[in-house]
Amino acid sequence: MQFDSWQAFLSMGGYALYVWLSFGVTFIAMLAIAWGSARQHTQLMQQVLKERARRARIRQARQNEPVQTAGLDAK
Amino acid sequence: MWKWLHPYAKTENAYQLCKTLQPYFWGVAVVALVVGTIWGLAFAPQDYQQGDSFRIIYIHVPSAILSMSTYVAMAVAALVGMVWQWRTAFMAMIAMAPIGAVMTFIALFTGAAWGKPMWGAWWVWDARLTSELILLFLYLGVIALYSAFEDKQQAGKAAGVMALVGVVNVPIIHYSVEWWNTLHQGATISKFDKPSIAPEMLWPLLLNLLGFAAFIAAVTVMRLRNEIVRREIQRPWVVELAQQELGGRNAV
Repeated sequence: MQFDSWQAFLSMGGYALYVWLSFGVTFIAMLAIAWGSARQHTQLMQQVLKERARRARIRQARQNEPVQTAGLDAK
Repeated sequence: MWKWLHPYAKTENAYQLCKTLQPYFWGVAVVALVVGTIWGLAFAPQDYQQGDSFRIIYIHVPSAILSMSTYVAMAVAALVGMVWQWRTAFMAMIAMAPIGAVMTFIALFTGAAWGKPMWGAWWVWDARLTSELILLFLYLGVIALYSAFEDKQQAGKAAGVMALVGVVNVPIIHYSVEWWNTLHQGATISKFDKPSIAPEMLWPLLLNLLGFAAFIAAVTVMRLRNEIVRREIQRPWVVELAQQELGGRNAV
């Protein structure tokens, strides 16, 4: 251990502002990108099922309106 | 020779590979970063000239070196995508861009916070600093160009060209301290010579370098998985995957 006390460790030989600012911002930046990427994954997975449900609904709707489809096909 | 690589052009295989690798990358990243940072902050000896302010080196140097390495990796992915027409390679390219930009930002920010007490200025328009700032703009340019296209295959090609052209900036950053008379100091470890740093200071630095590299790899595989899902959203295997992962709570 290079420092005699917690106090000395936190003051970083008078460079506390610069050292802790650097480490703090780095930590926040890394946490933000990791957390953001993980969140994106969950959202995408939900979107996959939503898209599937939407496709199923469209298919259903087409099947339920055979008359109109037939009319359009005839033209 | 490269045949083992071919199955991974298929998005499903690439996705599974990323999923397998992800926990290992996270493990190495967390262990190396925690040990390296505590060692560097509390146990490494003081610098005889810079006192304790030199401890910023433990994040500044790894992030700066890896911001360039990530760029090269991104450009290689772009080249593979263009030459062999791999759409998966373009996905890898765009997965690396944001984390590369974050690394560049960290390098610039910690550089500024180190420059203020040592040089007396947060920022100087010096060759090393300016070329690193251009690297940040290149990353942002690749991301912006990719998101500007609706057709992601076109987007990959356009952003890929930009990534490839930007490679020219990497040697400029590396050699800027030799080619120009700059305020920034020369290379400490990335040179063909013995590192000009004491071993007690070097070990935590190498640990953090490993930790940052593993962190970048972990975020890259996470984002590559996301990009694959986004592009293959209608594929049956993706739907199956989502059902497995979300289980009963989103049953439709």
